[in-house]
Amino acid sequence: MLLKLGGHCSFQDFSEESCHGPGSDEMVQEENEFTNRPDNTAFTQQRLPAWQPILSAGIVIPGFVLIGLAFIGVGVALFVTSRSIQVLERDYTGDESGTPCASCANSNVQNSFGFCFPQSQGPVFFYYGLSNYFQNYRRYGTSKDDNQLYGVLKYFTSPSDNCAPYAYNSNNQPIVPCGSIANSMFNDTFKLYQTVNGTRQEVSLDGKGIAWWTDYNIKYRNPTNNPLKDAFNGSNSGLFYRNFLINPIYWSKPAYELDTSDPSNNGFVNQDFLVWMRRAALPDFRKLYRRISQDKYPDGLPAGNYSLEITYNYRVYRFSGKKKVVFSNVSWMGGKNEFLGIAYLVVGSMCVFMSIVMLIVYAKFKFPDEE
Amino acid sequence: MVVLFFSELERKLRANDREYNLSFKYATNAIKTSKYNLFTFLPLNLFEQFQRIANAYFLFLLVLQVIPQISSLSWFTTVVPLILVLTVTAAKDATDDIVSTFENVFFSLFIVNKRDRTEKWMNVQVGDIIKLENNQFVTADLMLLSSSEPLNLVYIETAELDGETNLKVRQALPVTGDLGDDIEKLADFNGEVRCEPPNNRLDRFKGVLTFAGQKYSLDNEKILLRGCTLRNTEWCFGLVLFGGPETKLMQNCGKSTFKRTSIDRLMNILVIFIFGFLAFMCSVLAIGNYMWEKNEGSQFTVFLPRLQDNPAFSSFLTFWSYVIILNTVVPISLYVSVEIIRLGNSFYIDWDRKMYFARSDTPAEARTTTLNEELGQIKYVFSDKTGTLTQNIMIFNKCTINGKCYGKIYTVDFSFNPLADTRFVFHDHALVEAVKLENPEVHTFFRLLALCHTVMAEEKKEGELFYQAQSPDEGALVTAARNFGFVFRSRTPDSISIVEMGKQHSYELLAILDFNNVRKRMSVIVRSPEGKLSLYCKGADTIIYERLHQSCSKLMDVTTEHLNEFAGDGLRTLALAYKDLDEEYFNQWIQRHHEANTALEDREGKLDELYEEIEKDLLLLGATAIEDKLQDGVPQTIEQLSKADIKIWVLTGDKQETAENIGYSCNLLREEMNDVFIISGNSLEDVRQELRNARTSMKPDAAENSVFLPEMDKVVTDEVVSGEYGLVINGHSLAYALEHSLELEFLRTACMCKAVICCRVTPLQKAQVVELVKKYKKAVTLAIGDGANDVSMIKAAHIGVGISGQEGMQAVLSSDYSFAQFRFLQRLLLVHGRWSYLRMCKFLRYFFYKNFTFTFVHFWFAFFCGFSAQTVYDEWFITLYNLMYTALPVLGMSLFDQDVNDVWSFQHPQLYVPGQLNLYFSKKSFFKCALHSCYSSLVLFFIPYAAMYDTVRDDGKDIADYQSFALLTQTCLLFAVSIQLGFEMSYWTAVTIFFVLGSLAMYFAVTFTMYSNGMFTILPSAFPFIGTARNTLSQPNVWLTIFLTSILCVLPVVTCRFLMMQLCPTINDKVSEEMLLLFVLDVFKPVETRGKIILQSRSLQSNPVTSSFRINADIIPKDGP
Repeated sequence: MLLKLGGHCSFQDFSEESCHGPGSDEMVQEENEFTNRPDNTAFTQQRLPAWQPILSAGIVIPGFVLIGLAFIGVGVALFVTSRSIQVLERDYTGDESGTPCASCANSNVQNSFGFCFPQSQGPVFFYYGLSNYFQNYRRYGTSKDDNQLYGVLKYFTSPSDNCAPYAYNSNNQPIVPCGSIANSMFNDTFKLYQTVNGTRQEVSLDGKGIAWWTDYNIKYRNPTNNPLKDAFNGSNSGLFYRNFLINPIYWSKPAYELDTSDPSNNGFVNQDFLVWMRRAALPDFRKLYRRISQDKYPDGLPAGNYSLEITYNYRVYRFSGKKKVVFSNVSWMGGKNEFLGIAYLVVGSMCVFMSIVMLIVYAKFKFPDEE
Repeated sequence: MVVLFFSELERKLRANDREYNLSFKYATNAIKTSKYNLFTFLPLNLFEQFQRIANAYFLFLLVLQVIPQISSLSWFTTVVPLILVLTVTAAKDATDDIVSTFENVFFSLFIVNKRDRTEKWMNVQVGDIIKLENNQFVTADLMLLSSSEPLNLVYIETAELDGETNLKVRQALPVTGDLGDDIEKLADFNGEVRCEPPNNRLDRFKGVLTFAGQKYSLDNEKILLRGCTLRNTEWCFGLVLFGGPETKLMQNCGKSTFKRTSIDRLMNILVIFIFGFLAFMCSVLAIGNYMWEKNEGSQFTVFLPRLQDNPAFSSFLTFWSYVIILNTVVPISLYVSVEIIRLGNSFYIDWDRKMYFARSDTPAEARTTTLNEELGQIKYVFSDKTGTLTQNIMIFNKCTINGKCYGKIYTVDFSFNPLADTRFVFHDHALVEAVKLENPEVHTFFRLLALCHTVMAEEKKEGELFYQAQSPDEGALVTAARNFGFVFRSRTPDSISIVEMGKQHSYELLAILDFNNVRKRMSVIVRSPEGKLSLYCKGADTIIYERLHQSCSKLMDVTTEHLNEFAGDGLRTLALAYKDLDEEYFNQWIQRHHEANTALEDREGKLDELYEEIEKDLLLLGATAIEDKLQDGVPQTIEQLSKADIKIWVLTGDKQETAENIGYSCNLLREEMNDVFIISGNSLEDVRQELRNARTSMKPDAAENSVFLPEMDKVVTDEVVSGEYGLVINGHSLAYALEHSLELEFLRTACMCKAVICCRVTPLQKAQVVELVKKYKKAVTLAIGDGANDVSMIKAAHIGVGISGQEGMQAVLSSDYSFAQFRFLQRLLLVHGRWSYLRMCKFLRYFFYKNFTFTFVHFWFAFFCGFSAQTVYDEWFITLYNLMYTALPVLGMSLFDQDVNDVWSFQHPQLYVPGQLNLYFSKKSFFKCALHSCYSSLVLFFIPYAAMYDTVRDDGKDIADYQSFALLTQTCLLFAVSIQLGFEMSYWTAVTIFFVLGSLAMYFAVTFTMYSNGMFTILPSAFPFIGTARNTLSQPNVWLTIFLTSILCVLPVVTCRFLMMQLCPTINDKVSEEMLLLFVLDVFKPVETRGKIILQSRSLQSNPVTSSFRINADIIPKDGP
């Protein structure tokens, strides 16, 4: 240390104090006189030990090659995985001829169409999809009352202003569940049949476990009233309802009748409702409708002919929306999405390419200099 | 009081007559330096803070946010940052206020009036007589009445006032001094004072005391100012003249000019530009909203009915909604962060041991904390000479007496004189012989030196004399006289005692004709013990020569020769002259002097005339030459600075020869310079011609186009000349050169030269030169000086630096930075300045980058959400992004970053040049930043968009929902900006690493907390994102997306930077490469002693400063510009 300091002084530093060899008796004596002398710490003297990375060729070029190769590897894996996922998509909007459900829109009765499904690997999921549907519109998104959906009775009678214009109906009766999102809940229903040897055999679908665990167990709750109906019509609820609650305008049945067969899938914790309430980020989206029950089809749907029976309720042609059904299995990376794999491949090859360019530039501009 | 402040032309007051004095409503002594009290603090402080535009803007945003139709964000996104910023500022204001409140406090003291009793300071009123005791702090401006010391003297220390620590003397009038400490008499004292109105001049006072029908002149010598401390005086009584806010100290407070840096100005322009851009973006989105509502929206009413079916109104509301969302382009934390960074970098200056001067125990001090980055952009340095380049420790070196020059080479033995100062060394025995031989001229010469001065002598023990001199020149001269046997022993206001060759003499002191910068001379009139009246005068040679009797012309020639010789050696010269006075004439003169002295109007003018009248027909005695040694390291410093392309102009009051000589000895002028032009013309035309000739010889084609002077843009560009030139200009020529018609000519010529020396300049001219350069050059100027005459220049320059040296503290008090030695300037500029500039620029670039990137994502999202002002991120993330997640890392970078360490900065002064050229942060780099943000935001929106499109979780459930998308985008953003910060940062200390990683960890901790069950159950509506983090961040494709965006954001930056480094490396790149090379060489160097290698490489890791230094010996000769 002493040696270093001394050397330091002789070069640039003319200030006397640092030229004194520390440790001498004089120094100790003088120390007391230098009351204003700043502390000699690495922090105050800006000498904190530090790592100073420099973008040198030795780091950048191999770095690029490594990152590139790693990306290509991941990209190939993603691409292959994505390719292995089977997806079957059918548009059933029914406003164009030649589509599977060409006349569906005109009759609101049950329609059906058939399709073939190849052998799948692993469980198959049944989605419905909507396009040109702005669930991410700001006022649509805020149009709900989290407190109400948390089962707090107080908010049943006085829903949040956010829900307007679906907070109260024209008779000033509170709507439960209030707001645009709930009001616009998707209400087409499907039945899937497998045609085996000319006979239709219904494929059993599982409507449980299609929503997030947190939504089902924490975020949404029914009021504690038993039966649930009481919370909505006021009897036995301990609350005095000036006005009776009414169900959302587009709903054909009240919330407490969403699934009458299973109390744990009824009301606000009905999983179809939960799936709908988790609004989509983009105007084209798909939502999980059912899982193909695993007890009957543990290895996914067998190959064969299927037909889908649709109860057509949901109106989308007014805003040129599209409806579709999707059957898909999944992989470790989720649903089918080839973008990620391709992006990894492209970026990886770009890295490798750039590393070659850099190497050429580096060689051309560096080595002649040094020779 | 305010009215009086404007209208008061003269102050009248009567001692001990409160009723009379109260009728004028003078301010009492209750000083309210504190702005607030406990109750008014909150409203007043808030009111003040909201007057700042930025804060008002955020208040306006807040108002927008509570309008439900517009509100696109919850109120807390603005309130939380606003409250935080307001609290930080308020805390700072409050602490400032508490500090200033403190002094008002609890002293109580004795007031003499009819009720004599002790009172608190704050109850003292104008006209009261108060008693002060030793070591007490004076808290009003007083007129001294009487004191415990003989001759009514009091000693005061004025450190608080002007920072000077030598004791000063004040003396009461004999007539009031007689009152003594007799309370009765004092209480009956009814003198009336008429004096100047309150003002801020510390060194001057004019007033008249009328007592018992007699008029007495009052000047600064009889006044004790607030801020002084009484020393070595048992007690004294004083009459309060000014109280509280009207005291001179208070009048001096808070009136300093407010300096702003060029970055500040640029920032303001950019902020306006950003506002424009914000309006543009919002307009685009509003138009988009109009189109959307008209086409899509009007159809999408089944599930989302419109409240008002009017696209135009909707787009109007959307405009304001987007103003709220996109407001983060002008983040509220910008200004606060800038202040913090500047404060931190100022502390580094205060703490720097290498700018600490042990001999005087003075550390460097950053007196302003707002100008740091400008230190890294200095182009012109204006320097004083005496005390700045030189030590201002004067050594009596040579003299010429009656045509004979003394002072050659031998050391002289002063043992014949018991009172000699042992530290004094003189090298010519002949002079001692001359003294011993009682040569009358020699004796008069030294007698003059012993009499004509304002030095105070302290003789604590017999024979142990200490001189307290206000200027070191005087001290040197009096010490010289003392050693040659004319010992100045003590002074009273009326007499001076000296010991002449061992015999005590007392001279009656009749008048002191004081020194000032215009007169450039001082005289005393004394009566010798024999009764002879004489005037002794010393001063600048030119001034004295004008006032000599014709009979001395021959002596003048010889003396001039000697003077030139002295000046050629770089010595400071003073000419000495005397004259005997006629008794009768003097009596008449002193009468007029007294009248003039008591005049209230134009006192100085009248006195000057009188002085002029008596100081003529003098007889020349000779001249003294005082050596002022250069400070340590000055030539090296100047060389370093000029290598950093900083132009140094020396502005000095010295003679041309002296200045030139100093110029050579401190490396400013060099022998190898192509030419040194000397401008000394005596008329406008001469000067013009000389300047033109100089320019023609530097650049033959430049002279012709001198007519076209670019009046329009008012900026003179630098002209490149081959070769190095110097310019020396004389004071009188400078006066012409600074005239309007010639100033551009002068500036152009001077700026082509490497070094400029202006000699014989007045303080005013110093400021004018600085102003001239400031006016026509787009460059940052720095003025450095140590004396009162440099104050104007220090205030005029962009940055003023004060040297705390021998000449008091006035320069320091008006400076922005101060330290003890000129050589510290290179560290201040090349190290601290460069770092501060670099850090500030990096900070701004990065800060704008991170906020633009953050904001632009909203812009892209707008096209997919029907321009509905839907935010991309969670509201909590918006609130905390600037405050918590990104604040500390960027602050860490701006406080710790250094591209190269101090040693390398010194080795490569060229590293300073980019700052002068504004390369690191300009409109262009801001634009680049914005483009970069644009790219990053595109990546950050569209990669997650594409990756999440139509996909699901690995259990088939939803992941393309809004909340997951928000979380994904914000996580990508935070990773991208953190990694970008990593690339900006070139100095990774443990602290910065901790800040960066800590902030990321904090993000996850906060996010998981906010999205937890607990938080939701407490407040369901405030934390709707429950579970999102758990459900999303467990998915591999989410992490792959995050990884992809991070890499994609960074790749082009790295590629670009690497290719730029190879294709057109900057000076920084070259230096860092050299550093790297040395590092590699060092690690693998095959040194014989194994142990040494280990030692070295270890030192490398722990301390790059020393390691890189150690090898520099090999490099210095090699490195070129």
